[in-house]
Parts: sequence; C-alpha cells; structure tokens
Amino acid sequence: MGLTKKDFTLLIIVAILCVFAPFILNPFPEGSAMAQFNAGYPDLMQRLVIFGIFAIGFNILFGLTGYLSFGHAAFLGVGSYAAIWMMKLLTMNVIPAIIISVLVAGLFSLLVGWISLRRSGIYFSILTLAFAQMSYSLAYSVLTPITGGETGLQPKVNDPRILDGVLAAGETPRANLFGLQMNQSYEMAVGNWVFTFNAGYYLAAIVMLIAFYISIRIFRSPFGMMLRAVKSNQQRLNYTGLNAKPYTLAAFVISGMYAGLAGGLLVAMDTQVGAERMFWTASGEVVLMTILGGAGTLIGPVLGAGFIKYMENIVSKINKSILEQWFAFMPDGIEDLLITLVYPFIGKGWHLTLGILFMLVVIFLPGGLVEGGQRIGRLFKRKKPADDKPDGKTTPAE
Amino acid sequence: MGILEVKNVGKRFGGLQALGDVNLSIAENSVHAIIGPNGAGKSTLLNCLVGKLIPDTGSVMFDGQSVLGRKPYEINQMGISRVFQTPEIFADLSVMENMMIPCFAKRDGAFQLNALSSIPSQRDMIERAEHMLEDMNMADKRAMHAGSLSRGDKRRLEIGMCLSQEPRLLLLDEPTAGMARADTNNTIDLLKQISEDRDITIAIIEHDMHVVFSLAERITVLAQGTPLVEDTPDNIKGNPKVREAYLGETQDAA
Repeated sequence: MGLTKKDFTLLIIVAILCVFAPFILNPFPEGSAMAQFNAGYPDLMQRLVIFGIFAIGFNILFGLTGYLSFGHAAFLGVGSYAAIWMMKLLTMNVIPAIIISVLVAGLFSLLVGWISLRRSGIYFSILTLAFAQMSYSLAYSVLTPITGGETGLQPKVNDPRILDGVLAAGETPRANLFGLQMNQSYEMAVGNWVFTFNAGYYLAAIVMLIAFYISIRIFRSPFGMMLRAVKSNQQRLNYTGLNAKPYTLAAFVISGMYAGLAGGLLVAMDTQVGAERMFWTASGEVVLMTILGGAGTLIGPVLGAGFIKYMENIVSKINKSILEQWFAFMPDGIEDLLITLVYPFIGKGWHLTLGILFMLVVIFLPGGLVEGGQRIGRLFKRKKPADDKPDGKTTPAE
Repeated sequence: MGILEVKNVGKRFGGLQALGDVNLSIAENSVHAIIGPNGAGKSTLLNCLVGKLIPDTGSVMFDGQSVLGRKPYEINQMGISRVFQTPEIFADLSVMENMMIPCFAKRDGAFQLNALSSIPSQRDMIERAEHMLEDMNMADKRAMHAGSLSRGDKRRLEIGMCLSQEPRLLLLDEPTAGMARADTNNTIDLLKQISEDRDITIAIIEHDMHVVFSLAERITVLAQGTPLVEDTPDNIKGNPKVREAYLGETQDAA
C-alpha cells in the first residue's frame, strides 16, 4: 500500500480500534454506576469518527503548512447542505450525497483559499474567520430558500427524489446505503453488557480509515514535505524555485474537502442540517481538537477529536443526582462539599473541564496527547520498543 | 557579453537614492566580488537581481533574458541561486530533506501535486541528494535536524542546497559574516573548489577583504550607490581611490 512498516502498523491499529469500538467504548455493564461513561452508542460513535475525519483534514493544512484557518466549519456546513440537497432531489442513498459534499466543499474552499491565502499569519486566520461567519449569516438569513434558514433542512416525504421510487403511505425517507439503513443497529447482549453495532457507524468508520490512509500518504509524499517546508521557511522556499501559493492552496482545498466529507457524513447519519453547524465556535473546535491531539502528527487529530467529542457527550450528561449517587457512601457534610466542588465541572460546565485540560496539555505537553503517549512509551522503552502511538488509556475514541 | 548584465540600474527609497546608476557585467564562469562600505547599496543591488526589489530604472539581463518583474522563484528557476547572510535553511526538517527539496524543485518545477507518491520511491532524487551531501562532507549528518547544525554546517548545507539545483549563477551575500576564522577558511576552500569543479558563475558580496582577495577574479567597488571602479584584485589593492574610499579604514581590521 506504499506505507512504511511503522505507518502500516499505525493504520492497522486504528482499523482494529474502529472495528471493536462498540466493545472498547462500552467497558461498563448496563445499570452500573460507571455506565455513565459508556460511549458505545451509535450517535456518539458516529460523531467520534466523523469529527476525526474533520480534524485529520484540518491537520493537513494547519499541521503541515502552519496556516491556521478559523473558518473550516464553513466547509463542513456547505458539505452538509450539498448532501441534504442530494437527498431531497436525487436519492436517499448516501453515496451521491457524500460525493457531492466533497466536491462542493472543495470548490468553495478553492474560492475562499484563493482569496485568503493572499495573506499569511493572523491576517489569513481573520480572513477565513470572516468568510465562515459570512457563510453562517448568509445561510441563516439571505439564503433561506436554499438553506432553510433558522429551521434548517431535512428530507420531506414529498421531495422529488428522482432516483427513488414513491414512498409507501406513512413511510418516512431514511438515509440508506443501497437499502441498508444508516440507523439500523444490531444489539448483542453479553451478561450485563449490551453492545450496539450500527450500520452508519461502520460506514463512517470505513470512510475515516480511507481518509486516514490518504492523510498518511500525503504526509509521506514529496508534496507533504513541501508543505512542511512552507511552514519551516518560506523565504528559502521562494529562493529554491518553489511557488508557495499553489502548495498552500492545494493543502487548503484538500482540508476543505475533508471538512465537506465530514459534513456529508453527518447528514448521512442524521438527516438534518442547520446553519449553527457553520458558527465560528465549530471552527474553533476543530482547532482545539488538532492542537489537543497533536498538530502535525498523524494520529493526533483523531485522538483530539475523540477526546473532545467524548467529553462533550459524556461529561455534559453527568448531573447532580448522579453525583449524589456517586458520593452517597460519604458522610453527609463531606458529600455535600464534594458535590459543591465537582458540580461546576460537569453538565453544562463541561467546557470548564475541557478548558482546564486544554490548558494543561498546551502547557505541559506542547505536542498534544501524542507527546503524552510518547512520554509514556519512553518510560517503558527498556521493556519493549516504543511505538509512535499512545496507549489505549488516553484514547477514548477508536 | 557577460552572463549577468546590469545596465543603468537605479533604486530610490523615499528620499534616499540607494542605487544611482549601476552598470555591471559579470563574465560567465568567473568569481566576481562586489565590495563597498556600509550603506554603499550592495544588498539593494543583490535584491534587485533576485526579484526581491524591482529597480526604478535600468535593466537586469540574465543570459539574454530580463529578470525584472519576475518573482524570486521564477528567477531561481532561470538559474540564479542565492545564499543569504544568515543561512536560510528548513530548520524544522532533516538535513536530507533539506537537500531533497531543491532536487525536487529542479526536476519538477515551481509546483507539483505529487501528493500520493512516496518519497522512498523517488530513487533518483534520493541519490542526487545523497551525492550532494557527500560533496559537502555532510553525509554523516543526513538524519540530523537541520536547525541543530553548527553555523558553519548550516552554511555548507545552504550552499549545497543551492548547488544541487545546478544554478548557472550563485549569489552569495556575505557568506562568512559572523564566522570564526576556521569556518571562514573552510568556506573559502569550499567556494574555490566549487568554482574550479563546476561550470558556475559566482557573485559574492563581502566585507571581509581576506575572503574577497582569496576568491575573486574581478572586483567591483561600490560607493554611495554607484560603482567606483571595477578591476582585478591586484589593481584594486593598488588603487588609491579605493584605498581612500574604503580599504584604508578596514585594512587594519581585516
């Protein structure tokens, strides 16, 4: 496959983690106090891999060239809208929707990149941010006929869908892959554990693996080397007969296409889209994912995306009564004290927890979670040769 | 007719006439030094040759083609490579990668979207880069981080990177500035060897008279933005005008 042994091993490990994610993410039996931390349900697993794709693509731009885009959510949103229109006009099969989302996001990022890359550094970031916010505002107001404005879009029963047959009475349009519905799941009960195998998740996981494989190839190609050269010294690059602009533009478009792919998959899993998907906080989130996991590393963005999505979905669901349950064995006074102390960090306060963790990582592990994994690996180096990859403890995703 | 012909070049920054009326002809396969006191316009002239600045007046012809209005990367692709005063290398990349990038630039031009080919499959590029590292006596440092090289090695690497593009004209901007005497002598030997072994024209801007007189075949003295005199090193040494304008002050230091 044109990969070195080390890269191939990494790809295989990620593939294995993806395949067995329904087990790995559901380590606690149903009904136990720790079941709160189970992440093996379809909606979250889909999000873990889809935002993994988003971050992998973002890393090709930011990690390799150092150009920090603050507007990548716009490409994700544009991809989502394109996908939903395919579902409205053509078919509920997800393949055309996914393909068109990549193409449309690619074209849009070509336009935005062509303009934004006239500047570098903070001015580039501001330009991309401006474009993203403009797209958000347009989607929210002026472009309502295309985007559905505030209410967003979803497939309706009476959409044309020229490739699909007429729906039977009472049937609702469902996203499918040649008849296999995306929300179809198979549940396996083993003792007290329930493992869910979801069709949509596995489709998204396969796409993520392909996206990850392509990203490895790009990292190891002469093109990838040139992108790192852009980051390292543009002056030398110019005086070595290389034109930095098409290199950065190509990286921008590739990462835009990854974002579009993620947007298309989001629609394939959950057939609706709203403008808030393009809001600037969504653009900021992918920056956080990439830096938290380790910008410029292969696996870092996937870890970062998994970490943040896990936190968002798990920590935010912990509420006061769960805390009371956890600390019930403590004497009353201490129980109340502990609950008061922990409460700001859970539920809606999960951003606070994330912020603190982000600060800790940036200060103590500038290379992100990957650097943390490498340090742990080095501790065990005498026992076994260190791997490029962190161990499973820091990887709730995959 | 030289490989580089500079005619009536003038450049003004606001009220400052940095270059007055510069005429300069550099003969093919020669080593030509441009010297002059601080503020004489040496760097401005160099920047006009590589596309960093566009002169207000005059023309710059390289091998019969005008370089004016072309971007630095285009001028480089024409066959002019530049070595900077402080070594400009890809500090975050390995020494080997540093050497491979100009090899790719020479073969593939200013842009190539070879995103899915792998570097190890590019045998000819690897061989070429390795060959050049050997020429530079840096083969043992190939896996090192370029940013962690010593100053002298960074300079060698930069010169090697420029040479691997097989330029016809190599421009050096004070290549020994800030170097220890031993490193300076190494650089002189390296440049001498390059000039003997290759079909290459070398133009060098230099403060250090020791370097200039060990290397140059022709010397142009620049003062206040205009060429004062152009001659062989021996004649320059004996020229009273030059002594007065320039050499007199620096000979003790050199």
